[in-house]
Amino acid sequence: MAPPRHRRPGFSRRAQYGLFAAYVVAVAGIVVSLLLVMAARFDPQGFGALRAAAIDLTAPITTAGRTAIDGVASLGDGIAAYWRAGSQNKALRRELEASRAKLVEARAIDFENRRLKRLLGVVGDGNETVAVVRIVGSSASSTHRLVTLSAGSADGIRPGQPVRSSEGLIGRVIETGRISARALLITDGSSTVPVQIIRSGVAALATGQGNGLIELRSLVAGQTPFRRGDVVMTTGAGGIYPAGIPVAVVTSVSRDAAVGSPLADPAKLDFAAVLKPFQPDLPPPPAPAKGAP
Amino acid sequence: MIGPRQPIVGADEDVSRLLPRRARWVPVISVMAGSLTAALPIVADWPVLPPFGLLMLLAWRLLRPEMWPAWIGLPLGLFDDLLSGQPFGSAMALWTITFLAFDMMDNRAVWRDYWMDWLAAAAAILFCLAGGVGLVAFTTGGGHLLAIVPQALMTILLFPAAMRLCAALDRWRLAR
Repeated sequence: MAPPRHRRPGFSRRAQYGLFAAYVVAVAGIVVSLLLVMAARFDPQGFGALRAAAIDLTAPITTAGRTAIDGVASLGDGIAAYWRAGSQNKALRRELEASRAKLVEARAIDFENRRLKRLLGVVGDGNETVAVVRIVGSSASSTHRLVTLSAGSADGIRPGQPVRSSEGLIGRVIETGRISARALLITDGSSTVPVQIIRSGVAALATGQGNGLIELRSLVAGQTPFRRGDVVMTTGAGGIYPAGIPVAVVTSVSRDAAVGSPLADPAKLDFAAVLKPFQPDLPPPPAPAKGAP
Repeated sequence: MIGPRQPIVGADEDVSRLLPRRARWVPVISVMAGSLTAALPIVADWPVLPPFGLLMLLAWRLLRPEMWPAWIGLPLGLFDDLLSGQPFGSAMALWTITFLAFDMMDNRAVWRDYWMDWLAAAAAILFCLAGGVGLVAFTTGGGHLLAIVPQALMTILLFPAAMRLCAALDRWRLAR
């Protein structure tokens, strides 16, 4: 097949100029968009208002779709649970008995914990919830791992607030609209969370890999402190994420690092809690100078 | 050959102005609808959804080379950037560069057929996805080229379907 007739302007001067102008606009546009990308590097929150308006406009559609999907999915779960009712009942009863004993123990520890904290004068544990939101969508076609939350600045959500579910840490809010917000997942390549191994208390850094997994690097040199099945939790260092939120479980260990999968799987999540930023390390405000000359 | 070729009015004059409104807006709206798939309620921790906006854009460009000026990637890319979560300006730049490359290809190539179109689209898809990874790494850091391999494969395999869809839309928009 011969090539289709393309923009060959022929002898018309007007058509020739028009074609030339289109190319000039295109090249200028490329330069401008690369400048925009540069601007995004130095000020990632730039054009936040535009983006916020875009997610505010699409979030209601996404939320409605999510509700429909949840309805269908829970219907399937309900049918499956009905089929397995007998065996499930037995297993659940066994589990309940085991966890009841653990619960009593945990209550005692919690009580002692609060008493010790009161003795030490620690105020607040950093787990104050700002809002409970639904996770309705994500940037499924982009390299950036972002999720859309169903509440925004109208509910007190601000950029920088950590997001968690009952299973573990999800990420932190980076953009807010009026009725929706976007959170960066801990599996994104640009997210780093200071963590420690629950078993030994060794500090490490958890960096996202962009493919649903998290890379764990120990802060101490030498033998790798990780073992398969280790669970890591936040330390509270850095002041964003509150201490003691489970983050990931180690799935494979190499010589100098380990790979973990996040405990909170965003694809299965429904609800998440947005927390206040945790800032125990901030220095106290300087006392007003008394009697200074 | 895909889709009936309508007789071109005049000697490649500015035909688009002679067409009815539907014929002019259907391609633009179909590309924007492709970009809107980013608002679907899919929560993924891996880039799994093919960039449908880009697919529709490429399919229209290869089906109707004379339809759009080279700068059309700027407004359509801006709309895509607003919704996709990529840094601002990334689709704008990458899509327009792709259009300029296609224009150069059209000026050189002697023969064009179905497989050539697919090959050109595959190259454009790889360029845009890898460029997107590069620009994300430039702005916020992180990101892996390997993470987009499944998405790129899926997008390339979906291209003939997008071409079919565009051909059907083309027939509808130019129907009398």
